Amino acid sequence: MSAVQETVARVREIDVDKYKYGFFTDIESVRAPKGLSEEVVRFISAKKNEPLWLLEWRLEAYRRWLTMQEPTWANVHHPRIDYQDLYYYSAPKSTEGPKSLADVDPELLKTYAKLGIPLKEQEVLAGVKGAPRVAVDAVFDSVSVVTTFKEELAKAGVIFCSISEAVKNHPELVRKYLGSVVPITDNFFATLNSAVYSDGSFVYVPEGVRCPMELSTYFRINAEQTGQFERTLIIADKGSYVSYLEGCTAPMRDENQLHAAVVELIALDNAEIKYSTVQNWYPGDKEGKGGIYNFVTKRGDCRGKNSKISWTQVETGSAITWKYPSCILRGDGSRGEFYSIAISNGYQQVDSGTKMIHLGKDTSSRIISKGIAAGHSNNTYRGLVSAHRRATNARNFTNCDSLLIGDKCGAHTVPYIEAKNSSATFEHEATTSKISDDQLFYCLSRGLSPEEAVALIVNGFVRDVLQHLPMEFMAETQKLISISLEGSVG
Amino acid sequence: MLEIKNLHVTVDGRDILKGLDLTLPAGQVHAIMGPNGSGKSTLAYVLAGKEGYDVTAGSVTWKGQDLLALDPSERAAAGVFLAFQYPMEIPGVATMTFLRAAANAVRKARGEPELSTPDFLRFVREKAAALKIDPEMLRRPLNVGFSGGEKKRNEILQMSLLDPSLCVLDETDSGLDIDALRIVAEGVNALRGPDRAMLVITHYQRLLDYIVPDRVHVLSDGRVARSGGPELALELEQTGYAEFGEAAA
Repeated sequence: MSAVQETVARVREIDVDKYKYGFFTDIESVRAPKGLSEEVVRFISAKKNEPLWLLEWRLEAYRRWLTMQEPTWANVHHPRIDYQDLYYYSAPKSTEGPKSLADVDPELLKTYAKLGIPLKEQEVLAGVKGAPRVAVDAVFDSVSVVTTFKEELAKAGVIFCSISEAVKNHPELVRKYLGSVVPITDNFFATLNSAVYSDGSFVYVPEGVRCPMELSTYFRINAEQTGQFERTLIIADKGSYVSYLEGCTAPMRDENQLHAAVVELIALDNAEIKYSTVQNWYPGDKEGKGGIYNFVTKRGDCRGKNSKISWTQVETGSAITWKYPSCILRGDGSRGEFYSIAISNGYQQVDSGTKMIHLGKDTSSRIISKGIAAGHSNNTYRGLVSAHRRATNARNFTNCDSLLIGDKCGAHTVPYIEAKNSSATFEHEATTSKISDDQLFYCLSRGLSPEEAVALIVNGFVRDVLQHLPMEFMAETQKLISISLEGSVG
Repeated sequence: MLEIKNLHVTVDGRDILKGLDLTLPAGQVHAIMGPNGSGKSTLAYVLAGKEGYDVTAGSVTWKGQDLLALDPSERAAAGVFLAFQYPMEIPGVATMTFLRAAANAVRKARGEPELSTPDFLRFVREKAAALKIDPEMLRRPLNVGFSGGEKKRNEILQMSLLDPSLCVLDETDSGLDIDALRIVAEGVNALRGPDRAMLVITHYQRLLDYIVPDRVHVLSDGRVARSGGPELALELEQTGYAEFGEAAA
């Protein structure tokens, strides 16, 4: 047996069951009746005291959804999902709406503490020097439970709250922008989300403001048989800047749970949005049982001239990942970026990539994707780069590298390129490699354990992308990669 | 003391070592010479524990310990170090990061505390300077785009950082010009000591002008065919390996 195979075998034994966020919080919750119907949509809307326009918007999406088919083009396989066998709304009973930190159920605070997420402003403020100052919106099952640093952000004019709160307090902004990037007709999962989305984060950065701290949302699925459908809406007004990070975890369960989120970003003239994701949903056990189906629609609209949207994602979790954070480069001179690390192990399936739609003149985009497949997993990069007739001088650079660990996994690259303007310059580079037995042996002969050796090699492989994560999360992410390599790379 | 007895090794079903005997006491430097295909590199890999080199008979003990029972990383902890003929490239991993990971892994396995970052950096810079290694090289990804000389100096740097007691140098002179050879040899000589044993594998006598061995062994067809003092290497330089199964060049 080669060293690589042996490493894979050895690591598979420890394996994904090492998922350390797999605990369940016993907390009383309020649920919608099981299944999906017009009544359930009305129930969710009523729970949130939503205005009539939003209820109608949801119902329109629901009716539309009834006519749609689940997409089958992705390189993933799973049993048919019974959409009537899910709960579409679950909220901790104690938290019917976002409150101040002091009112938050201590069980919830404990949960987030266990996840290593700083919700206590006082501690962060008074805390260790150099501790990251990050404002957090924590979403538990279907609702936002707390948002930190609100007051301080408000001083700068930045609105950071749950989307339910935004609907109440800033309806004009929500109404103007919600669904303007991902319309309710967009795709099966986005349409479903539009009908039943329960909560999520809302950010508005006013003209000329540089958001004074990192913003982040931590999503936690807790209840069983519950889908999570959150909606995030971020608007960067002219000349503003914001950096935002989302993290996700879920308990270990035998069943598959559905997560179908929608994220919409809007950057106006000269604005910049940096959106980072560390996705660590429960990936299923080593036999491939359980885990999250992560079917997510993320899209940014560079609506203004010289605007910029940058996606950075680290995908280590979920049984199935289906997501393509994309940029519509509408404004002249706008720029889109996509930096991705996708690690799959066990029986995980990843079909992920991006779309860069060049509409405006002098638009540019850059795609750096690093896929790492181990175990029996399948890892597909799927990307579209297109230049429309008006998009004079559109430029794209794409680099897709895949790394295989062991011989039971697969890596696939599916690039689509469409140029309708002859001045477009598109470059595409792709490589596929394996960790060689010789590389491993070299590391082992220097005293590293097989797990350390693989982690080191993989961290080197993803370095170009790691550099684009906010400083505060780089070390954390490196650790996460090592953990999923212990368990995953194997 | 390294004691190799009747060592038989097959690679891909082919017999490469066929009853090799060798005794290397602590504090000594022995050279292994021999024609191509005589089993020199196989011996190096077997000592370091590479997969695919199957020991079918014989034993290797190091300080009384059965070396063959240990994993490669355990051998590193036990003091075995192989300077590779072809050091591997690891893209994206800064050389300094690799050195740190290796030094800490070995220290941990030996029950020694990790060095603090400033102490480690000082330690590396000092050793690197002695080998005339440009500090900029340490920031580059490990061995990626390194010249032959840089790769070999980097091997010796690792050797000095990991503080091994048994050093195996596999064709360390290959691909080196005379200046680089001298620097590398000085680095090796600086590591000679009463507690350290060295096995210097080379095809050419040239390296032995700089690293003068206590004993020279000539391998032929998987066995030690002749042993002698340093003068044996000089003799081979004159006569070539013809008598050991290789046509004179």
